Parts: sequence; structure tokens; C-alpha cells
Amino acid sequence: MLDDPKARETLLEVNNIEVIYNHVILVLKGVSLNVPKGGITALLGGNGAGKTTTLKAISNLLHNERGEVTKGSVKYRGDAVQDLNPAALVKRGVVQVMEGRHCFGHLTVEENLLTGAYTRRDGSAAIARDLELVYEYFPRLRERRKSQAGYTSGGEQQMCAIGRALMSKPEMILLDEPSMGLAPQLVEEIFGIVKKLNEEEGVSFLLAEQNTNAALRFSHYGYILENGRVVMDGPADDLRENPDVKEFYLGVSEEGRKSFRDVRSYRRRKRWLS
Amino acid sequence: MLRDVLFTPFADMIAAPDFLLQVLWEGLVSGILYALIALGFVLIFRSSRIFNFAQGIMVVFAALTLVGFHAMGVPAWISVALTLAVMLALSVTIERVVLRPLVGQPDIILFMATIGITLFLIGFGEIIFGGENKVMITEQLGIPTGSFVLEPWGGLLILEQKDVTAVIVAALLVAALLAFLNYTRMGRAIRALGDDSQAALSVGISLQTIWVLVWFIAGIIALVTGIAWGARAGVSFALEVIAYKALPVLMLGGLESISGAIIGGLMIGMLEKLFEVYWGQPLMGGGTEAWFAFVLALVVLLFRPQGLFGEKIIERV
Repeated sequence: MLDDPKARETLLEVNNIEVIYNHVILVLKGVSLNVPKGGITALLGGNGAGKTTTLKAISNLLHNERGEVTKGSVKYRGDAVQDLNPAALVKRGVVQVMEGRHCFGHLTVEENLLTGAYTRRDGSAAIARDLELVYEYFPRLRERRKSQAGYTSGGEQQMCAIGRALMSKPEMILLDEPSMGLAPQLVEEIFGIVKKLNEEEGVSFLLAEQNTNAALRFSHYGYILENGRVVMDGPADDLRENPDVKEFYLGVSEEGRKSFRDVRSYRRRKRWLS
Repeated sequence: MLRDVLFTPFADMIAAPDFLLQVLWEGLVSGILYALIALGFVLIFRSSRIFNFAQGIMVVFAALTLVGFHAMGVPAWISVALTLAVMLALSVTIERVVLRPLVGQPDIILFMATIGITLFLIGFGEIIFGGENKVMITEQLGIPTGSFVLEPWGGLLILEQKDVTAVIVAALLVAALLAFLNYTRMGRAIRALGDDSQAALSVGISLQTIWVLVWFIAGIIALVTGIAWGARAGVSFALEVIAYKALPVLMLGGLESISGAIIGGLMIGMLEKLFEVYWGQPLMGGGTEAWFAFVLALVVLLFRPQGLFGEKIIERV
């Protein structure tokens, strides 16, 4: 099943990577994870845990931020990809949707989507077909197609960013924090579309999220990062039932709902890292 | 005095409308060239946030290369093709040697690097081509050298044919450029890169390719400008001063706006001519063209820091 990474063909294999920014700041201290084909894998954790850095290390967007993978390997379909540039990786079918949307503000929504097809060489007819497909998944984008993306709402921009990634005909999307700054209803809508894309188009997702609750409901398998390390992983349903995850990330414990202030942080370190 | 400033110039304009037209036409022609240079700046700035100080010297370099090839006995149009090849090689070299190693550095460092390129091109150019003034190969390129004489309102208006050619070619170049930017995949990528370079990378746009492309387009623009200006004033490193005229154009038009560069260029070209002829010469003994544009730009900056046509900053609240 999808919640067992071993049973499925592994698309992406991240092996013990270490990332250093600016030659001094150690951000990832050995992260390993597997993303199976056809699954939604969640990467969870608080601010500064290293979720975004992990995604950027995979998509090779670190270089322009003066970050560097100093140890470990990233394999996609068994080939080492950590030395490829982002464009080569997009051509292989791995595309990242960055945190904070990053639409091209002065381009129209449709132009944004078309730039997503930049690396494709299969002709304008195929691209037009996929544009239509994106509009079917995101009907709101069709309504706004002639507006400059900078003037659309946050939810529309998120859809635009995901749609743009889809236009590259990806096998796998690295989706960074799609819920950021969106109303809960919109978060549901977007996760719902992600799930649909996963089931109907067979796109695999690696999803970095702070919204643990929503992410675990829509994904098959989860990794929890803390301080640049994976501290826990398991099928999403198990994680949701795990008392620690409940207490630290979902705000629920055996004694019922609890204020975050009452949770003493050393306890989790003791339990998880010993 | 006040009468000389506020009344006499306008009375002169109305009294001799054909002369006014002549002045405006001269202004338009130099304005178009300013606009072209500014366009080169804008393209590079939009796609890489680099304020390319070397744009002006690229004009001189392109013109000198063209004349140099022709002097070696190469036919005129083949010289143009060879010059384009040189400009392409120059773009690739600049990207490899200067831009790529400096990716991610603060903007000011890249700006300093373009000053370095400028000085290098001046020195290198003088070694190869020598410092003396050369004649642009206007006739060999098939540019007509006669002039149209019109007689509006019984007056006299002389349009030099090479100026008319320059205006037409410039207009075609701008139209082609706009079509390229708006309707092609590469053009969209250039604009996308200008908006958000990280996102552009993430969808698989290669910075290196786009940079080479943009510098090459700037090189083509530089060559056209160099031919047009060289046909008027000869080719030497003195041409460089017109490159600095692009700075007030940019202040006026905004660093990111293509239409701003064009309108700004035309405005500066015409206003400085008008000012020179109707105010500068009678009141200050002339020579105002050298500084008028800069003063105008400063005044504009006081009221609109983003320039008259600076790209609207889209901010969601």
C-alpha cells in the first residue's frame, strides 16, 4: 500500500544529507527519506526545522542562496541528481512549488502557467491540452487568466503556482507550505485538489507543511523533522494516532486539549532523541 | 528678463513653426537613440537586477568593430553579421567570466563588475581599433544620405534621410522586441526572470541562457544605436557621452519599464533641444544640452522616485 514506502517503487531517495549555508550555518544534519511513486509524502515540523531546505536541496535551488549539500546523496529513480541544475531536474520530472507562491507578478495568470512549460519540447498542441487540464482542476484560474498574477488573491496565487508546476508535466512535485497564509477553507480546497491530482494524474508529492493536521489527513506517509534531523516517520494514520505527535503538533493529549505553553519542550527531546 | 523666459521663446515658436518642427525633429532623432540605449539598460536590469554601466560602451564597441571589419576589406553586410557574432561572443564571455561567478552577490558588486567591463572594453578597444575618430560606413550599408526638403506653411523643414532611416529602424526594432517579449517562450522567460528569479529557476528556466540572450539583445540594440549615431557624428570613444544620456532617461522612465525608456528617451531628446534653442542659446549662450537632461531627471526624481513610468509595484494589502 501507499503508506508503506518499501512496497512501492521508490522515486526519490534522500540519503543522509547535510546542508550548510554560507559555509558556516549547518541546517540539515543528516536527513534521509524516501518518496514512493504515486504517493503523497508529508514532511512535517515547526519553523526552522529544515523542511524548506530539504526540498531545496532536492531541487537544487540552494546554490543561489549560497547553500550547499556537503554530505549524503539525492537519488531520483536511482540516479544521483545532486549535481544537476534545477532545469535538468525539471526536465526529469521533478519540479518545486516554492513556499510563498512566487508567481510572476507582472505576468498574467495564463502567462505564468505557460512559463511552467518552458522546458517542454513536445509542441504547442500538447501544451495547450495541458493548459486546459490545469484550468479543469483550477476553474478559478480560468476566470482570472487575463489578470496579472500579482493582483490575484493568495489562494489564486497558490493555485497558479501549483498549476505552473503541473505545466511541466512533472512526475513529482515538491510542494512547500501550500497552506501558508490561507483561510482554512481554502487550505482544504487546495489539499483536495492535490489529492485529486495525485489519484487521477498519478503525480507524486513531497509536501512540506506546518499544518500537521491537514497534511496528515491528505498524505500517505509522514516524516517529522526537528532541528535538521528526522525524528520520527511512519504511515500518516499511525502518526495521527501517535501520542507525541498529538501532543506536540496537533495540540491534543491524553488529558485532552492543552495549551502549547504547558508542554515542556525538554520532554520531547528526551523521549525522541534518546 | 521674465519676458525673455516666459514670453519670447513661445512667441518665437509661433512665429516660425517650421523651425520649431525642425528642432523637434532633431530632438526626436537623438531622443530615439537615447531611448535605444536606455532600452538595453532596462532589458538587462529587468532580467538580472544588474545596472549595466557597460551598455554605453557596448554601443561604441559595436560601432568600432563594424567599422574595423569593413576597414579590413570585409563587405559591409558581412561586417554586420560578424559584428553580431562578436557581440554574441562578448555576451557569452561576460556571462561566463563575470556574471556566473558573482551569482547571489549583492547588487552593488555586480554593478561594480559592469564598471570593470566598461573600463576593460575602453582599454581593449583602444588597443585594437586605436583612439582616432572613424567614419561610419553609412553608404556601404545602403543607408540613404540625401535629405527630404519639406515646406510646411511656406517654411523650410529638412529631414536627413539617414535620420529618417534611423527612426524607422529603431521603431521596427522596438516593435520586434516587444513582440518577442510578449509572445514567445523565451520572451516570457525573460519577463518571468525579471519578476522572480528564484521562481524562474524553479520552473526550469536557466539563468545562464537567459542572461546570454539578454546581453546579446542588448548587443544588437547597441549595434543599431552605434550605426545610427556613428552616421551622424563619426565613431570614436567620444560616443560614450551619449551613453550617459541614458541615465537621465532611465531616471525619467524608470529602470524597469520598456515603454518608459522609449517615452523617456524621446522626451529628453526633444526637451533638451527645445531648451537649448529657445532658452539656452539666447539666455545662457548655449551648451545646455550637456546638463539639461540631468537637471530634468533630478526634478522628476524629487516628485516621483520610481520615475515617470516606473513599473508599478504590485503590493497586496
